[in-house]
Amino acid sequence: MRQKLARVLGGVAIGALVFSGAACKADSGSDAGGSKAACDLKIGFFGPLTGDAAGLGIHMRNGTKLAIDQYNKDNADCKVQLSEYDSQGDPAKAPALAQQAVGDAKVVGIIGPAFSGESEVGNPIFDEAGLPAITPSATRPSLSTKNWKIFHRGVGNDTSQGPAAGRYIKNVLKADKVYVVDDQSAYGAGLVDEVKKVIGAVAGEDKIQVKQTNFSAVVTKIQSSGANVLFFGGYYTEAGLLLKQLKGAGWKGTMVAGDGVNDANFIKVAGEQVAEGTILTCPCAPATAAKGTFVTDYKAAFDNAEPGTYADVSYDITKIFLEGIKAGKSSRADLLSFVNSYNGTGGATGVTYKFESNGELDPAQVKVWAFKVNAGKVVPDIEIPKS
Amino acid sequence: MTATVDKKRAGGFKSRWAAMPKQVRWAAIAALIVLLYILPNKWFYEYLGFPIGSDYFAFYTTRSDFAGVLFDTAVFVLLAVGLNVVVGFAGLLDLGYFGFYALGAYTVALLTSPESRFGTNWPWLAAVPLAVMVAMVSGVILGGPTLRLRGDYLAIVTLGFAEMIRLYAARNEGVLQGQRGIPAIPHPPGTGTDGKPLFGVVDARPYYWLMLTLILIVLLLIRNLANSRVGRAWVAIREDEDAAEIMGVPTFKYKLWAFAIGAAVAGLTGAVFAGKQTFINSDQFVLESSILVLAAVILGGAGNIKGAIVGGAVTWYLPEWLRGVGDLIGVEFDAAEYRILVFGLVVIVMMIFRPQGLVPNRRRAAEFADRRKEAVPQETVPNE
Amino acid sequence: MNFDELFGNFPALTITGLEQGAIYALIALGYTLVYGVLRLINFAHSEVFMVGTFTALWTWQALGYDQNSAAPALGPLILAVVAGLVVAMAASALTAVTVELVAYRPLRRRNAPPLAFLITAIGASFVLSESFGISTNRAPFGMPDLIPQKTVFTLFGAGVTNVQLLILGVTLIMMIGLDQFVNRSRLGRGIRAVAQDADTAALMGVNKNRVILLVFVLGGLMAGVGALLWDVRFGYTKFNVGFLIGLKAFAAAVLGGIGNLRGALLGGLLLGVAENYASGLFGGDWKDFTGFVLLIVLLMFRPTGLLGESLGRARA
Repeated sequence: MRQKLARVLGGVAIGALVFSGAACKADSGSDAGGSKAACDLKIGFFGPLTGDAAGLGIHMRNGTKLAIDQYNKDNADCKVQLSEYDSQGDPAKAPALAQQAVGDAKVVGIIGPAFSGESEVGNPIFDEAGLPAITPSATRPSLSTKNWKIFHRGVGNDTSQGPAAGRYIKNVLKADKVYVVDDQSAYGAGLVDEVKKVIGAVAGEDKIQVKQTNFSAVVTKIQSSGANVLFFGGYYTEAGLLLKQLKGAGWKGTMVAGDGVNDANFIKVAGEQVAEGTILTCPCAPATAAKGTFVTDYKAAFDNAEPGTYADVSYDITKIFLEGIKAGKSSRADLLSFVNSYNGTGGATGVTYKFESNGELDPAQVKVWAFKVNAGKVVPDIEIPKS
Repeated sequence: MTATVDKKRAGGFKSRWAAMPKQVRWAAIAALIVLLYILPNKWFYEYLGFPIGSDYFAFYTTRSDFAGVLFDTAVFVLLAVGLNVVVGFAGLLDLGYFGFYALGAYTVALLTSPESRFGTNWPWLAAVPLAVMVAMVSGVILGGPTLRLRGDYLAIVTLGFAEMIRLYAARNEGVLQGQRGIPAIPHPPGTGTDGKPLFGVVDARPYYWLMLTLILIVLLLIRNLANSRVGRAWVAIREDEDAAEIMGVPTFKYKLWAFAIGAAVAGLTGAVFAGKQTFINSDQFVLESSILVLAAVILGGAGNIKGAIVGGAVTWYLPEWLRGVGDLIGVEFDAAEYRILVFGLVVIVMMIFRPQGLVPNRRRAAEFADRRKEAVPQETVPNE
Repeated sequence: MNFDELFGNFPALTITGLEQGAIYALIALGYTLVYGVLRLINFAHSEVFMVGTFTALWTWQALGYDQNSAAPALGPLILAVVAGLVVAMAASALTAVTVELVAYRPLRRRNAPPLAFLITAIGASFVLSESFGISTNRAPFGMPDLIPQKTVFTLFGAGVTNVQLLILGVTLIMMIGLDQFVNRSRLGRGIRAVAQDADTAALMGVNKNRVILLVFVLGGLMAGVGALLWDVRFGYTKFNVGFLIGLKAFAAAVLGGIGNLRGALLGGLLLGVAENYASGLFGGDWKDFTGFVLLIVLLMFRPTGLLGESLGRARA
């Protein structure tokens, strides 16, 4: 019996040796610390790179990656790395990733979390660790009321864009019959609520489901309501499909939608003829000269892909972190105060980034523009006045 | 030749394990449990002399927090253990198990969160038993009319049930607040030695330990149940429902029991999950997760508690580990995007080579061996 | 509840519901055929459909049509549709057969327990949709509007379009053709024999594996037709497009009585119409919810679906 026990113990010992062998191999390079602290820092991207929402996340990641790659080209002796935290847009997956980012002392800034749901879960963790985060795309208004010190929003929230879209419909399009549809997402429903507040009575309203592809019932309702303007709160895929089916059924009105639809993929799904004339609002300024090089750089870097929604915002806010790192802010606390007091214009969006104490973009800087789809391109229409 | 040697060795381990004195076996199990408890601790690796960096040893997840992954894995393991009662013991195909998990999580969220529309503001601990009850009762309510259905029809009904819960939760106007979700769910109570709350935000280890403890308790309960009269009735139902009924086993009653117990375990898991997550919304209860839990049970070996544990661990842990596998082998390769694909391939290959599961149920394996013998003449039937 | 919406648009909701239901039915046939013969829920079937939508799109792209091109003249139009149809059917059938050969046949050879098939099906589904997701950057794809919708005639105040007629017509033709094939032809007799009693059929000289392969081919062909009609009508695909529609089609198959060909058609049409009525009555957010409620309630009263499960004849 004792012999058997010895054999079992021997087996355990061998197992332990195997583990430690593997561990030794993994050892190299970790825990550098000390003198070169300001180099090899990491900026984390937190958002969906796989799963349903990946289409949005990949463009934001690319914007971040482009900024970092350009920085590394200019600063080859002291590079910054990109760490990707692929949340799949699922709040359930967010904590382990956020905890990992927090536990990695080299991560000094987070671009994201991309969506509002994962922000609710991830930001408390970042806050506890004092890790500064700037989100390019989470627009739920309540996020800035949670007293997170590290929270910054690089875009206007839903309460800046929704009323502006409503004013555009009311004052510019002068539409009398407006139908509103939302996709029941926090973003889409929030936007529709704000629009309804501005325009008052609507000709009708309905809800769709995210990932829905057949909109025949909604199409029938919109047509029989006699509406000439449709406001859609949601994202580009459903918007493209809904508009395609509406126009296919002979509807002649105009669709107005928010920045979730302001994406090259919208035109790709709907087709140029169908998308023509659609109004897309965005809390962002139109293309500047600088944005011109952003688009060409982006296309050159990523297989000629059009930069999707928020790719430009991600690019600009990543540059805020990079400027801070360049200025020698190598700790999380230093970088956080750098971001808090930042005041500069983004090259890709043309927006002046200046954050309020609750992390919101300074409302004076939030410009909401209306864009129009013209011959397959999204072109600026007008800046929507504030009142 | 080698094959027979292997077989002997495998059998040898089993019989040697069985032949060991009871104390040694208990000591080994205790050691394993202790190991599981110290797994997420950094000092453990420091003590062993493993290098401290982001990679402790080959099993460490390098792209997501190890303790966090262990907690999520533990959630999956407990779900798999619960579903194993339904699928493995009683043989009822349940494709909507996540629905009960969602019910547990939402019950806790609604009762405890200051931002819920109920406004009850219960402490977390008080809401947990109620969450278990709600899940259990809804298991009985769903099971009552539908458990008379057989096999695959039950599968679609349970699937529909879970989807209905999710679709209802996704509506932004209802009490469940759609994708906006319910934030500010309180953590479990307790204060650590340093005066800070024991269950905080950054450190996932206390949650993992809580989950591990719950798994051990549930395991003990289910193990005793499986070895009791109820467990024997389940086996009888699984093997041949008609025969069991004729022999005087009240099949419907025991099926309902299995369903309710499974639902209760899922409700408990959901309650703990809500307490850690502090925020839940409809995005977290998608159908794919139900299917993954089922995959975990079958992958591990339906009807075997050990199998459910192994399956649950593999199903969650493997994709998370694959995220960082590029760093681990020192290649500039981002495996994160391919992890679901690899997981799919692994599942297919595993099922082809071990169709009875990784750790098969002994009784089922015997059954399986019989069927395989029967299968041989069928293969030799001349074509045409 | 909004009865005005429902009754005011009743004819229109019915027609568009039938149109969607026809596509459900074509996909449901694949679930039903495989289930009838193997008693297996082929979860990978949704990806068979997805492959069909992509290959038809690629065919059109190769012919020089993209989402922005104008509708072609009649000659090139017929060429494009037929080419898309042939490619989609072939690709879907090939995918279905590959799944059978790689994921199911090895298990059958080892006489694995039924649940094991379910898991390889899920694994195969992951592999297919993920490999398409990775290779297409998970982007959505729009398609050329090959056949612009035109109202051909009005029925009770609702316009019936050319595309709707095409979808319903093609579905009926495929349905009748498949029904006749299974019930009349020699190969069809083999299918029915294996469905009724696989072992006896094998003793009678039916090659079981060949019949199973045939069933997968037929299911794949039907899914390919469904994929083409989908492309023509909705003009959109994405790597995960199969998941939801596969789920609906599976529900439709169960609704009609899984394993029953005519049941698949009935279930598909019923589900499509019911979803539309629910959208009209309760609003679009209740669409899928109502579909599942209908399914569960119906199964309580008719536990084997509307027409009962049988591929050819009732089972014991």
